[in-house]
Amino acid sequence: MTLSAPGPARNLPQYGALVAVLLANWLLFPDFFAIRLQDGRLFGSLIDVVNRGAPVALLAIGMTMVIATRGVDLSVGAVMAISGAVAATMTGAGWGLPAVLAASLAAGLLCGLWNGLLVAVLRIQPIIATLILMVAGRGIAQLVTEGQIVTFTSPALAFIGGGSFLTVPMPVVITIALLAVTALLVRATALGLMIEAVGINRLSSAGAGVNTPVILVAVYVWCGLCAAVAGLIVTADIRGADANNAGLWLELDAILAVVVGGTSLLGGRFGLVLSVVGALIIQAMNTGILLSGFKPEFNLIVKAGVLLVVLLLQSPTLTLFLPRPKGARPMGAVKPPVAPTSGGAKP
Amino acid sequence: MTSALQRFLPLIVTTAVLVVGFLMCAAQFPNFASWRVVGNLLTDNAFLGITAIGMTFVILSGGIDLSVGAVIGFTTVLLAVLIEHGGWHPLAAFAVALIAAGGFGAAMGGVIHVFQMPPFIVTLAGMFIARGLGFVLTTDSVPINHPLYGELNDIALRFGAGGKLSLPAMLMLGVVVAAVVLAHWTRFGANLYALGGNRQSAELMGVPVGRTTVAVYALSGLLAGLAGIVFSLYTGAGYSLAATGVELDTITAVVIGGTQLTGGYGYVVGTFVGVLIQGLIQTYITFDGTLSSWWTKIAIGVLLFVFILLQKGLLTVWAGRGGEPAEA
Repeated sequence: MTLSAPGPARNLPQYGALVAVLLANWLLFPDFFAIRLQDGRLFGSLIDVVNRGAPVALLAIGMTMVIATRGVDLSVGAVMAISGAVAATMTGAGWGLPAVLAASLAAGLLCGLWNGLLVAVLRIQPIIATLILMVAGRGIAQLVTEGQIVTFTSPALAFIGGGSFLTVPMPVVITIALLAVTALLVRATALGLMIEAVGINRLSSAGAGVNTPVILVAVYVWCGLCAAVAGLIVTADIRGADANNAGLWLELDAILAVVVGGTSLLGGRFGLVLSVVGALIIQAMNTGILLSGFKPEFNLIVKAGVLLVVLLLQSPTLTLFLPRPKGARPMGAVKPPVAPTSGGAKP
Repeated sequence: MTSALQRFLPLIVTTAVLVVGFLMCAAQFPNFASWRVVGNLLTDNAFLGITAIGMTFVILSGGIDLSVGAVIGFTTVLLAVLIEHGGWHPLAAFAVALIAAGGFGAAMGGVIHVFQMPPFIVTLAGMFIARGLGFVLTTDSVPINHPLYGELNDIALRFGAGGKLSLPAMLMLGVVVAAVVLAHWTRFGANLYALGGNRQSAELMGVPVGRTTVAVYALSGLLAGLAGIVFSLYTGAGYSLAATGVELDTITAVVIGGTQLTGGYGYVVGTFVGVLIQGLIQTYITFDGTLSSWWTKIAIGVLLFVFILLQKGLLTVWAGRGGEPAEA
C-alpha cells in the first residue's frame, strides 16, 4: 500500500503533542504525575485523564473505522444515550447484569446496522444517513426512559463505571480490551486493507473483489457497538441515564480525536492507536485547563485552535510549501489528480 | 414537458406534505385553522427559517456549515453585552453583530478555499470557536431591557381574526424573497449552482470559485447573525448556550425541502416549506397535549428518512432514463 508511509516518524507529531500537553500540565501542577494506590485502585491526575478520556477514546475507535471508509457517524452520541437508557431502565426493572449488558449492546449493534444499511445498501451519504439517527436517537432514548432521568443502585452495573480490575479503573480496562480486539481484527487480517480500499475508491475496490456492502455495514455496526459500550460506561459512572445529555456533542469530540490522531477525513488511511492518543490529548487539555485555573470557558477555543493547527498541517496547500522528507507523502488529503483533458486544452 | 414536472417534484411533494399535514391538524383540532396559529408558526420559526436559508446556499454550493447555531448563540451574547454592559444603542450593536457574523463566515470560507479543507471540519472548528467566544464574554443569561426591544416587538401587521405578522416573521419572509431572487436571477446564484454541480467544470467555465466560496459562507454567517438578532428579540436575552443544535434542525429543513446535500440542486422555497413542516409538527404536539416532546424528534427523524428515500428514488429514475442529471 502506497498510502501507509512506513516509519515511526509519521506518528511523532501525535505522541509529541501528548507529551507536550502532559508536561505543560506538570508545569502547572507539580503533582500531576503522582499516582497513589488507595483501596485497591490507582488514583492521580494522570489516571484521571485516562479514565475520563475512556468514553471518547471508545467512540474514536469505532469512528476511526468509519472515517477510514470515507464516512462519518454523527449518531454515536445518540447511540450512547440509547444504550445507557436501556441499561438503566432494565436494571431498574430488576433484570440481571448479563441480560442488561446484552440488551444495551444489542441496541448499539442495531443502531449501527441501521446506519450501515442506509450507507451500504441505500447508498445515502454517511453524514445524512447518520443524521437521521442523531435526530431521532435522542427521541428514542427518551421514549425508553419515558422522559425521566432513570437512576439505579445496582452495584454490579456501577462497577463498570467506577470499579477497578488489578488496580486499573474499569473504563480504562474496557477501552484497552476493545482497542486490542479491534486492532487484532483489522491488522491481523485483511480487513483493515479492505476498509482502506473502500475508503480510497468504493467502485474500484468493489471491482477488485472487495465485498463493499459487507465491509461498510461491518464498520458502522462496530461503531455502534463501541458507542454502546461508551454509553454503558457513562451510565454506570453516574448511576443513571439522562437521555437528553448523555453523550451530547461527544460525536464531535470523537471526530476531533480521530482527526488529531492523523486519520484523513478523505478516507483510506487510519491509525487506531493514534485516534486513542488523540482522545487522550483532548482529555489532557481539558484537565490542564481546569488545573491551570483558567475558566473552563476557554476549553472550546483551545480545542478549536488545536483542530485548526492539525488541519493546517494536513492541508494539501500548506504541505506544498513545507520541506518534505524524501519519499514521504503529504499528511492527510491526497490531492485528486487533475483529470487529463483529451482534447488538448493547452495551447 | 415532463421534465419540468420532474424537476419540481421534490418541491411539490414537500408542499403537499405541509398542506395535507395542516389540513389533518385542522380536522382534528378546529382551532388549528386560524390566522393566529399561522402567525405564530411564522414568528416561532423565524430565526430557524433565516438560518436555514443561509444553509441552503452553502449546501447548494456543495458545502455545509455546522457553525450557524453557535453563531446565533454568540450573536445574542454579543448584543446583550454591548447593550446592557456597554450601554450601546441596539441599532449600533445590531450592525456590529452582523459585521462580526458575516466576517466570521467569510473567514471560514477563506480557510476552506485556500487550504482546501473539508467544510465539515472547518465549520466544526468554527462552531467551537463561536461557542467558546460566547462563553468567554459571559456564561450568564443576560436579559436585555432596552426600550427599543419592546418597541420592535410591538411592530406587527394584524390581519384576519387574531392573526399577527410580527417583525421576525416579516424579516424571515423578506429574506426568503431576497434569497429566491439571489439564487435564480443573479450571476452569484448561477455560479453557486455551477459550483455545487461540479467544481472542476465550474472552474473551467470561469466561475470565480474562491470568491463564490467565501461569499457563500459569509452569507451564511450574516444570516445566522440576523437570526441571532431575531432570536434575541424573541427571547429578550443573550445566552451563550442559546440555539444549540440549530445547525441540525436547519440541515433537516434543507433536506426535507428537497435540496440535495451533494450540492447543485434544490430550491430556497423548499427549505422555507421544510422549516414550516418542522414547526407544524411542534405545534401539533403542543396542541395535542398528551404527546411527549420526544415524539417531535422521532417524527422529524422519520420524515427526514422518508424524504431522503424519495430523493434517492427520483435520482434513480432520472439516471435510469439517461437524462436529467442533478441540475437546476
